[in-house]
Amino acid sequence: MTPFSYARPERIEEALALAGPDSRYIAGGTNLLDLMKENVLHPRRLIDINRLPLRDIEETSSGGLMIGALVSNADLAWNTQIEQRYPLLTKAILAGASPQLRNMASTGGNLLQRTRCYYFYDTGTPCNKREPGSGCPARNGLNRMHAILGTSEACVAVHPSDMCVALAALEAQVHVQGPHGVRRIAMADFHRLPGDRPEVDNNLGEDELITAVELPAEGFAQHCAYLKLRDRASYAFALVSVAAALELDGTTVKVARLALGGVAHKPWRIEAAEQSLCGKPAEQASFAVAADLLLDGAQPLQHNAFKPELARRAIIRALAEAARGTAR
Amino acid sequence: MRKTLPATGGINTCTLSLQLNGQRHQLEVHPWTTLLDLLREQLDLTGTKKGCDHGQCGACTVLLNGKRINSCLTLAVMHDGAQLTTIEGLAEGGELHPMQAAFIRHDAFQCGYCTPGQICSAVGLAGENRANDRDDIRELMSGNLCRCGAYPNILAAVEEALPATRDRLQEKAP
Repeated sequence: MTPFSYARPERIEEALALAGPDSRYIAGGTNLLDLMKENVLHPRRLIDINRLPLRDIEETSSGGLMIGALVSNADLAWNTQIEQRYPLLTKAILAGASPQLRNMASTGGNLLQRTRCYYFYDTGTPCNKREPGSGCPARNGLNRMHAILGTSEACVAVHPSDMCVALAALEAQVHVQGPHGVRRIAMADFHRLPGDRPEVDNNLGEDELITAVELPAEGFAQHCAYLKLRDRASYAFALVSVAAALELDGTTVKVARLALGGVAHKPWRIEAAEQSLCGKPAEQASFAVAADLLLDGAQPLQHNAFKPELARRAIIRALAEAARGTAR
Repeated sequence: MRKTLPATGGINTCTLSLQLNGQRHQLEVHPWTTLLDLLREQLDLTGTKKGCDHGQCGACTVLLNGKRINSCLTLAVMHDGAQLTTIEGLAEGGELHPMQAAFIRHDAFQCGYCTPGQICSAVGLAGENRANDRDDIRELMSGNLCRCGAYPNILAAVEEALPATRDRLQEKAP
């Protein structure tokens, strides 16, 4: 690692004042330190935010939960309230990483993890995300893991998080604080598509800090499923993952939420796909229509031509599992 | 035992207090020293292994405040005041920890390089109290790779020693 200096503020305002172009916040550090060892990132100063008071999970006045940005992935997944009211989130978190990593990785950091595109990690190759304008070897290279939706000429990387796919389906809000105050960003607007600026993963300002993630009251606890498909049974990034959540009236769908991981630069949601299920019977034919709408426009690359069909089947299976009732 | 730190390029070292295997240590570290490098390079506690150094293999697993973590992916300086247990700290009074004894009884290794990480991880697993059957153990031990493929025996050892490990952790709980 390139040498850096270290600061450990006790208050949020102090942390914000320390931030600058060559500094990075560190919480769990499981992704940041890895990238620093690979020389992908080389900050001159790390600001350790672990002493900030952002480690609680609290009820909100609207009946939801406010999750402090420093709550570890393990503590969040196994929090009693989360397990009972938001099992989709528990399932998604437990599908990601390893127990050791989940014990360190933070809620805020999970939102900010970088893609695992091989070329982004390999400083011996060009990468528009790492060095804007240098090119994208993934587009015509090894791209089995890569995106099929929302790509650009400049970048075909996918966002690696499982947790974020569930947060997107649950319509969580990201609370951030900057030198000029606080604001909320809907999960749908937090991450961005690569376009011609793939170096920018999300819409968090450079001078802002994530302080919390807010879950709305509705957790779809009765009818949800998280299905993750990958090259080995555990501890691998998704080829495709699906967060499915339903509210049923008998056997008719009242509300549906669907988000995909492993297919785009952000958790992939399409309102038309969810709308198509409303008022329809919770059965295979309706699920297939929703799957086609969600995958509309998918463009596979040379080595991931399997993804659209894999995703289609995964969506149908996840919806069927959700309709049967959340597996406990 | 403490080794001289190399030149810092003008950046100050940081002081750090650790409760390590039951003993208090006052240490001086560079900000970029990982917890793993502190253990192995500065404290000569080489039981904790460096495998991939990227959080993918689990060989560097230690128990931080009772929870299993990858010591390669965290900075020592971030853990001022923490309690740390490594493989060297599990045995008590010359008697092996039940998890260590089970690994020997089941011959749960070949080369042994992943073993300290496997054992620390399994002790962490016991503390979490979430593994109810063999499938749970397999899933929740997936952060520890064994390139020799001793998984069947590792699984048998962990399964056998989980209850005794839980009992021991409960005895020690404040």
